[in-house]
Amino acid sequence: MASSRDTWAGKSGRWGKIAGRELSTVAITMFGLLLVTFLIARVMPIDPVLAVVGDRAPADVYDKARLDLGLDKPLWQQFGIYIGKVFTGDLGRSVLTSNTVVDDIKTVFPATLELATLGTLIGIMLGVPLGIVAAVHQGRWPDQIARVIGLIGYSIPVFWLGLMGLLLFYAKLGWVSGPGRISVAYQDFVTPITGVIMLDAAMQGEWDAFWDAFSHLILPASVLGLLSVAYISRMTRSFMINELQQQYVIAARVKGVSEWQVIWGHALRNAVVPLVTVIALSYMHLLEGSVLTETIFAWPGLGRYITNSLLNADMNAVLGGTLVVGAVFIGVNLFSDIIGRLADPRAR
Amino acid sequence: MRAPDSPTEQPLLELDNLRVNFHTATGIVRAVRGLSFTLGRERLGIVGESGSGKSMTGRAILDLIPHPGEVQADKLVYRGQNLLTMDKGSRRKLRGRHISMVMQDPKFSLNPVKTVGEQIAEAYRVHHKASSREAKERSLTMLEAVQIREPARVYDLYPHEVSGGMGQRVMIAMMLIAEPDILIADEPTSALDVTVQLQVLKILDDLVTSRGMGLIFISHDLHLVQSFCDRVIVMYGGKAMETLPAAELADESARAHRHPYTLGLLDCLPDLDHRKDKLATLKRDPAWLA
Amino acid sequence: MTEQTSSGWTAWLITDSPVSRRQARLGQYYRQWLAFRRNPAAVIGLTIVVLLLLAAAFAPLLAPYDPLAQALDKRLLPPSAINWFGTDSLGRDIFSRVVYGSRVTLVIVLLVVITVGPIGLLIGAAAGYLGGWVDRVLMRITDVFLAFPRLVLALAFVAALGPGLENAVIAIAFTAWPPYARVARAETLIIRNQDYISAVRLQGASQWRIVLRHVVPMCLPSLIVRSTLDMAGIILTAAGLGFLGLGAQPPIPEWGAMISAGREQIFDQWWVATFPGLAICVVALGFNLLGDGLRDVMDAR
Repeated sequence: MASSRDTWAGKSGRWGKIAGRELSTVAITMFGLLLVTFLIARVMPIDPVLAVVGDRAPADVYDKARLDLGLDKPLWQQFGIYIGKVFTGDLGRSVLTSNTVVDDIKTVFPATLELATLGTLIGIMLGVPLGIVAAVHQGRWPDQIARVIGLIGYSIPVFWLGLMGLLLFYAKLGWVSGPGRISVAYQDFVTPITGVIMLDAAMQGEWDAFWDAFSHLILPASVLGLLSVAYISRMTRSFMINELQQQYVIAARVKGVSEWQVIWGHALRNAVVPLVTVIALSYMHLLEGSVLTETIFAWPGLGRYITNSLLNADMNAVLGGTLVVGAVFIGVNLFSDIIGRLADPRAR
Repeated sequence: MRAPDSPTEQPLLELDNLRVNFHTATGIVRAVRGLSFTLGRERLGIVGESGSGKSMTGRAILDLIPHPGEVQADKLVYRGQNLLTMDKGSRRKLRGRHISMVMQDPKFSLNPVKTVGEQIAEAYRVHHKASSREAKERSLTMLEAVQIREPARVYDLYPHEVSGGMGQRVMIAMMLIAEPDILIADEPTSALDVTVQLQVLKILDDLVTSRGMGLIFISHDLHLVQSFCDRVIVMYGGKAMETLPAAELADESARAHRHPYTLGLLDCLPDLDHRKDKLATLKRDPAWLA
Repeated sequence: MTEQTSSGWTAWLITDSPVSRRQARLGQYYRQWLAFRRNPAAVIGLTIVVLLLLAAAFAPLLAPYDPLAQALDKRLLPPSAINWFGTDSLGRDIFSRVVYGSRVTLVIVLLVVITVGPIGLLIGAAAGYLGGWVDRVLMRITDVFLAFPRLVLALAFVAALGPGLENAVIAIAFTAWPPYARVARAETLIIRNQDYISAVRLQGASQWRIVLRHVVPMCLPSLIVRSTLDMAGIILTAAGLGFLGLGAQPPIPEWGAMISAGREQIFDQWWVATFPGLAICVVALGFNLLGDGLRDVMDAR
């Protein structure tokens, strides 16, 4: 029998160890991310001094700027300065918008968050049931259909799907609104609080604006969602097949539990543990997918910010954006690890 | 020990020419080929090697044969109800409430992400309209009945937090809470430490006897079955080799009447009281399956 | 028993008692082929990939027009018997450009796989076989790369290196190797504890010999499956870079860039963007179906 007395001490000790491991992973990954973005900035052929002072600056201005940027110091010192700046929230100034990159990202990030979140929700709502149906009918026609849907989802370029969606649902059928986040007519109705327009509109009771924003959001979110349906359904299927073979599933059936409850209450409850990681991963994929999707839908988010800066050789903005996406990746990873542990009593 | 059923009482389970076939890519696998028996309020042992079809018999009675398998029988009747013509939903309602099963390894047969209490209470609520509080009280009583000392504490434990012996007692509580008439025990102690095997068996026996249930005890262990059951079916290759009262197994004088396979099973076990130079190897004759 | 009844070659292939190693190996391939053939989706995938190869090889014969020839009097013509997929804003025949585009796609995919496969394989096999601190360091680096947003990182890379086909390949390769290392490591961990590896070690084989001659070949099936499945992803990433104007530069007929060119006219001249996109879908689906089928056959564990 497990002794109840020393459980607490044992548990908190184990938690400390887990937290330590997670934190060191985060630290190392973060360090790697900073190193890579830093090195990219170093190898690029664009002269960072010229980006600041302009092409026609006299030699003394140029040299002063060079000193200001710390470019005369050895590489490892520059890297140290870079890390210091990042941690004090200084990602430099965007040449294109002439704001600080941090301010720019603050305004564009909520739009991407909104898009990726709704996309993931759509992916979960379609992908999980699809995967379950496939697992329950393993090897039979529902499984084959789910498999083909999954493979098709893996094969469509997201930017092309977005274009086709616009062509069909906006131009031909008129079911949704076109590019952009909200119609010009409603633009001034909603004061940004969270930056997520639908949330802000709902909070201010501007329901017309809310629905207008929704009709703009639904198509790009669905396009992204379809991408994650492929991944989520496939993984759900394999986790569920694994769970449905377990003895406890038979035990539940012996008790007389209905098949519905066996699948959704018993097997899925176990499959959720690895699924959390999958959903986190697909969320990260969607953040990436938003780079291309946002371009198509003129969505003023982080993805479009990065690509715009890219095409204009605005390196501070590109690297800042990359860093933020990377940091979100790391954060989501950590978050999913924690949720996964909480969902599994054995890991608690 | 109870006497076998009086002839006036209706048997709990009647089974005639039960067959379980699996249609696979390489042909038909016959797991059970024509098994017949009648179960009263008694303890019936089914003994055989692995692959003899004993577990599949239990699963077939419960309508839990997995996908490519199919069940056929001339007769499969539970207390006058024909199970062969019954729809899936009604078969399900019989499970747990009327016919239940204790499985081999509590480590795998309890759901790892639900507390043991939740799982016991669920077994009750599937069949009874009861508030969650009532179900919990019932479950606690049941945990006491399987001799768990601190039911309230154990109720909130997860399966990985209980030992094997305790897990199996939880399993018994879960499978008996809806008060079934028949319990199938499929190797209920094989996964347990030897030290707790007898304890668990005793609990199982007490509950089955006091509630007047019919027990089908599936095992590969002839000695265990012999001391624990009233009647024994010896199975080989999906067929019953013979059916006999358990007492006769130990009866040396009755050896001449025994089936050679039964003798083989008896002889291939070491015996502390009678020294044997060499353990016999089990002989199998394809003619027995004809 | 079956040898007598079936005809010469097949009998030789499926015999239960092969007399040479070659016969055994060919027999195994034949059996895998039989299993593969039973999966219609996989056969469709194989067909698509073979058609892609043929299209790339015989592009000059298949394409009715020069993919680069502009004809300003024939701008943006809808699909017809003359121009099957219509023409683009410079009057070029879209069908011919799609056919030639298969060459660009194949080149990208092959270059990436040729660079990424061996690197991932070596890193993974070394980490898995040597274990200890080598394993820890290599896997940490792999994890760091896995934690990166692949496309965004590739974008940043291309931005630094400058747009172009070669740089796109380098950027994709740079971000694509970690999963291969992971797969190879996982395989190696299984293989290294097998008895036959111990036997080779007892015979006095060097570490390198064991890794290269015994571990690596055993990892190959999984890696082939993995890279087939990965090819679709590479195609999509390459097309994405092309779409953003960072991949193959005009006038090279690259499918992603062609979609980008058709974006302006999407509501009026739908065909300009639609057909190159369809080509990407079909080819990516082909690789996915093929990889899926191969996994069932080769990776059945």
